[in-house]
Amino acid sequence: MATIDIRGVRKSYGATEVIRGIDCAVADGELLVLLGPSGCGKSTLLRMVAGLERITEGEIAIAGRVVNALEPKDRNIAMVFQNYALYPHMSVYDNMAYGLRIKGMSRAAIDAAVQKAAATLELTPFLARKPKELSGGQRQRVAMGRAIVREPDVFLFDEPLSNLDAKLRTQMRVEIKKLQGRLGVTSLYVTHDQVEAMTLADRIVVMHAGAAEQIGTPMEIYARPASVFVGGFIGSPPMNMLPAEVAADGAALTLAGGVQLPLGQSLGAEHRGRPVTLGIRPEHLHPGAEAPGALPALVDLVEALGADTVVHARLPGGAALLCRLPGDSAVARGARLALHPAPGALHLFDPASGRRLPEG
Amino acid sequence: MRRKVIFEHKLLPYLLLAPQLAITLVFFIWPSVQAMWMSLLREDMFGLSSTFVGLENYVRVLSDPGYVAAVRRTVVFSVAVALLALLPALLLAVMVDKLTRRVATYRVILVLPYAIAPAIAGVLWLFMFNPSVGIVAAGIRGLGFAWNPKLDGQDAMILVILASAWKQISYNFLFFLAGLQAIPKSLLEAAAIDGAGEWRRFRTIVLPLLSPVTFFLVTVNVVYAFFDTFGVIHAVTQGGPAKATEVLVYKAWYDGIIATDFGISSAQSVILMAVVIALTAIQFRFIDRKVTY
Amino acid sequence: MQALTDRPNRLALAIVWIGIAIVAFPLWITFTASTLTPQEIARGELLLPGGQGFETYSTILLEGARTSRMASPPVAGMMWNSLVMALVIALGKIAISILSAYAVVFFSFPGRMIFFWTIFITLMLPVEVRIVPTYQVVADLGMINSFAGLTIPLIASATATLLFRQFFLTIPDELVEAAKVDGAGPMRFFWDMVLPLSRTNIAALFVIMFIYGWNQYLWPLLITTSASMDTIVIGITKMIGGGDALTDWNAVMATTFLAILPPALVVLIMQRQFVKGLVDIEK
Repeated sequence: MATIDIRGVRKSYGATEVIRGIDCAVADGELLVLLGPSGCGKSTLLRMVAGLERITEGEIAIAGRVVNALEPKDRNIAMVFQNYALYPHMSVYDNMAYGLRIKGMSRAAIDAAVQKAAATLELTPFLARKPKELSGGQRQRVAMGRAIVREPDVFLFDEPLSNLDAKLRTQMRVEIKKLQGRLGVTSLYVTHDQVEAMTLADRIVVMHAGAAEQIGTPMEIYARPASVFVGGFIGSPPMNMLPAEVAADGAALTLAGGVQLPLGQSLGAEHRGRPVTLGIRPEHLHPGAEAPGALPALVDLVEALGADTVVHARLPGGAALLCRLPGDSAVARGARLALHPAPGALHLFDPASGRRLPEG
Repeated sequence: MRRKVIFEHKLLPYLLLAPQLAITLVFFIWPSVQAMWMSLLREDMFGLSSTFVGLENYVRVLSDPGYVAAVRRTVVFSVAVALLALLPALLLAVMVDKLTRRVATYRVILVLPYAIAPAIAGVLWLFMFNPSVGIVAAGIRGLGFAWNPKLDGQDAMILVILASAWKQISYNFLFFLAGLQAIPKSLLEAAAIDGAGEWRRFRTIVLPLLSPVTFFLVTVNVVYAFFDTFGVIHAVTQGGPAKATEVLVYKAWYDGIIATDFGISSAQSVILMAVVIALTAIQFRFIDRKVTY
Repeated sequence: MQALTDRPNRLALAIVWIGIAIVAFPLWITFTASTLTPQEIARGELLLPGGQGFETYSTILLEGARTSRMASPPVAGMMWNSLVMALVIALGKIAISILSAYAVVFFSFPGRMIFFWTIFITLMLPVEVRIVPTYQVVADLGMINSFAGLTIPLIASATATLLFRQFFLTIPDELVEAAKVDGAGPMRFFWDMVLPLSRTNIAALFVIMFIYGWNQYLWPLLITTSASMDTIVIGITKMIGGGDALTDWNAVMATTFLAILPPALVVLIMQRQFVKGLVDIEK
C-alpha cells in the first residue's frame, strides 16, 4: 500500500514563501497531477516529495512513513526528469542498471530487471546505445525505464513530456497512462499543460502561487472550477470572465452595457445587488434567435480551426467574449450573434476573493 | 558561481580541498608573504643577522640606475616581443582562415613551437644566429652587416626578442584562428551584399569582433615577455653582453640567487608581483567586458 | 569568408607557407645539424642531413656529450628526469585541481569563498615573483635536488581548478538529482559521473600541463644543483657554454632535438583536445 500524504507542507527560501501550506493525499495506485503555471510551486512540492528539497514546515509521508529526514535514495521513489537526465556517458543498459548496482543487487537480478523493463518499453534493441544516439521519444522511454526497474513505491514525474514535439507528446502521454495503469504504481505528476493533466490524471491539484486552488477529478475541476484562476487555467480557449451585478430579485445578472441574463435560479438574499464575476466557457455559448437572456455579440475575428471555429466577439459595453462553435459554422467578421449560454453553464465568482460563490 | 544542486557533507569538501590548499599555502602564499617581509629587511655581510630597514630596499632598488635601465629594457623587450608575436600570428590566422583545404595540417605545424621550451627556442635561434657557425648569421654578414650578439648588446637584444616572439606566435595564432572561426559567416556575407570589399570587411567587421581576443592576447603576451622569457635570456645571453639583455625577472633572479642580496631581490619580487596583479586585474576587466559583449 | 570560386587562394597559401617555413626552418636545421659532424656544421653545410646521426645520438643518450670544455651526463638520464617531472606535474595538477574544483562547486561549506580565492590568487604569484623565499621554503623542507622538490611545489594550479570549475558548472542539475535518486553519494557521483564526463578536459589539461612541466626552466635551475638531477632543458644550456665555435653543436642539436620530441609528439597526437583545451582554459 503506497500512498503519499502531504500535510501542511510549507517551503521558504529566506523570507520568500514559495509553498504556502499544502495538504493533499495520493491514494494507492492513483495518478495525481500537480497542475499550474510556472512559478506556482508545483515542481518544488514534487522535489520535496523526492527529497531533493528540504521541507520547511509540515510533513510528507510515503507509504505511511514520514520521510522528511530521509535521503532520496531511502524513500523508495523513482523520478522522471524534464530533460530526461540520462547519464550521457553510459549505455541505455547502464543508465537503467545504475541505481540497482548502487543498491548492491546481484548481477543476475539486475540483468533480469533491466531486460524486463526494456521489453516493456520496447527498448531491447537499444540497450547498448548511448543516450545521444537515441531519438527524443526513445530517451524519454529510457528515463521511464530507469524509473520502473527500481520497482519503487512511488513514481515522480517532473514535466516529463515538455521537451518533446507536439505529436510525440500525445503519443508518450498515452504510453505513460497505459504503463501507469498496468503497473498500478502511485504517481505524482507535475505539468503546466492542462491537456496532459486532464487526460492523465485520476485527480488534479490546481496550484497557484504556492497554494492548492482546487483538488478534484478532471471533470469536477472542469465543471465546477473553484476560482477564477482555475476557470481560466483549465479549458481552451479559457473561460470568459465578465463583470456583472446580481439583480435585485436575485434571479438575473446585469452585465456591463445593460444586458440582462437570467440565472435560471434565485440567489439568496445576501447576494442580491452585489457585484460578481461571471464565468462562461466558450463552448457553452450557442448562437440562436435574438431573445431576452441571449448575449448580443458583434464578431471581431473568426479563427476556423477545422473541427471548431473560435469566434472573438464583443458585447455592448466593450467586453470581449470568446465563443467556440462547430467547425461548419458560417460566421463572418462583423456579424451579429445572439449567444445563448447552455443551461447550468454560468459560474459565479466573488470578484474580491476570486472564489466561487456558494451555490443554492 | 555555485550550483543550485549540491551535496551535503561536513568534512568531505575540506578533505578534497586539502592537497591543493596545503601546496598553495606552503609554496605560494607563505613565500609571497616572506618576499614582502624580506623586502623590508637587510642582512649583514655574512648573512648571520638581519635588521628591519623599512622601505630602504625599495629606495635602493628604485634609485639604482641599473634597475631603471632594466625597467626601460624590459619595456622595449616586452613591447617588441608582443608586437612581433601578435602581428604575424594575426596575419597567419587570417590567411589560414581563408583556406579550405589541409587547414588542420597547417594549423598543427604552426602550433608546434608552443611545445618548445623558451630556453630551447633560445638555443635554436642562438644556433642560427651564432657568429661562428650560424647559418643566418653568415647570411647577414654576407649582406655586409656586422653581426655579433656575443659582443654587441643590440644584436643580443634582437636575438632574444626574435627567439621569444617566434615561440609565442603559435599561441596567438591559435587564439586568433579560434576568434576568426567564431565570427558568424552570415555577418561577412551581409557585409559583402552591402558592398564592402575584402579589406573593408576585415577592418570594419573582423577586427572589431576580434578585439576581445586581441586585448586578451596583449595582456597574455606582456606577461609572457615579462616572466616566461627568463629561459630564453638565461640560455642565450645570460643577461649580457654587459647587461644589455638583463630584464627585470633576470635581475631579480641574479641579485637574489647569484649575488645573494635577499633584501634587494625580494623588493624586486614585490614590485614584479604588483605588475602581475595589475596585469591580471586588467585581464579580468576584459573578461567582464566579454561577458556583456 | 570563402572565395566564390573553388580556386585556391594563392596569396593566402603563399603567406601560410612563409609562416610554415619560419616555424619549420629552425626545427629542420636542428635535425640536420644533429646528423652532421662538427666540421660540416662549421662549414655551414646545414641544409641536408648527414651520416653522423646514429653515432651522435647513441653517444649522447648513453654516455653524454664529451665536449672540449665539459662532460655532460648521459642524455637518457636527463630525459628520464624531464619525463618524471612532466608526468608528476601534469597528473598531480589534474588530480588536486579536479578534487578542489569538485569541492568548491558541489558543496556548500563555511569558508568556501575564502578557499576559492586563496587558490585563485596563485594565478598572480608565478615562481618568478617569489624566487628567493620559495627556494628557502624548499630548502628548509630538505627538498633540494629531489623529484619532490622539483614537482610538488608546481602542482598547485589555479588554471586547472578554474577550468574544472567552469566545466562542473555546466553539468545539469537534473543529472545530479537523478544520481541522488539512484542512491549515489558525493564520492560515488565523482567516480561514476564527474570523472568520466571530464575526460576531454582531463586530456586537454594533460597536454598543456605536460608541456608546462617538460619545459620548466627557472624552477629546476633553482631547485637542482647536482648534474644527476638535470632536466634535459637545463642540460642543454649547460652544454652550450659560451655558444661559440668551441661548442659541440652536433651534440647540442641532437640533445635539443630530443628535448623537443616528447612535447611535440604529445601536441601532434592529441592536437584536437589540446587546441580545444587551450582555448577553453582562457575563457
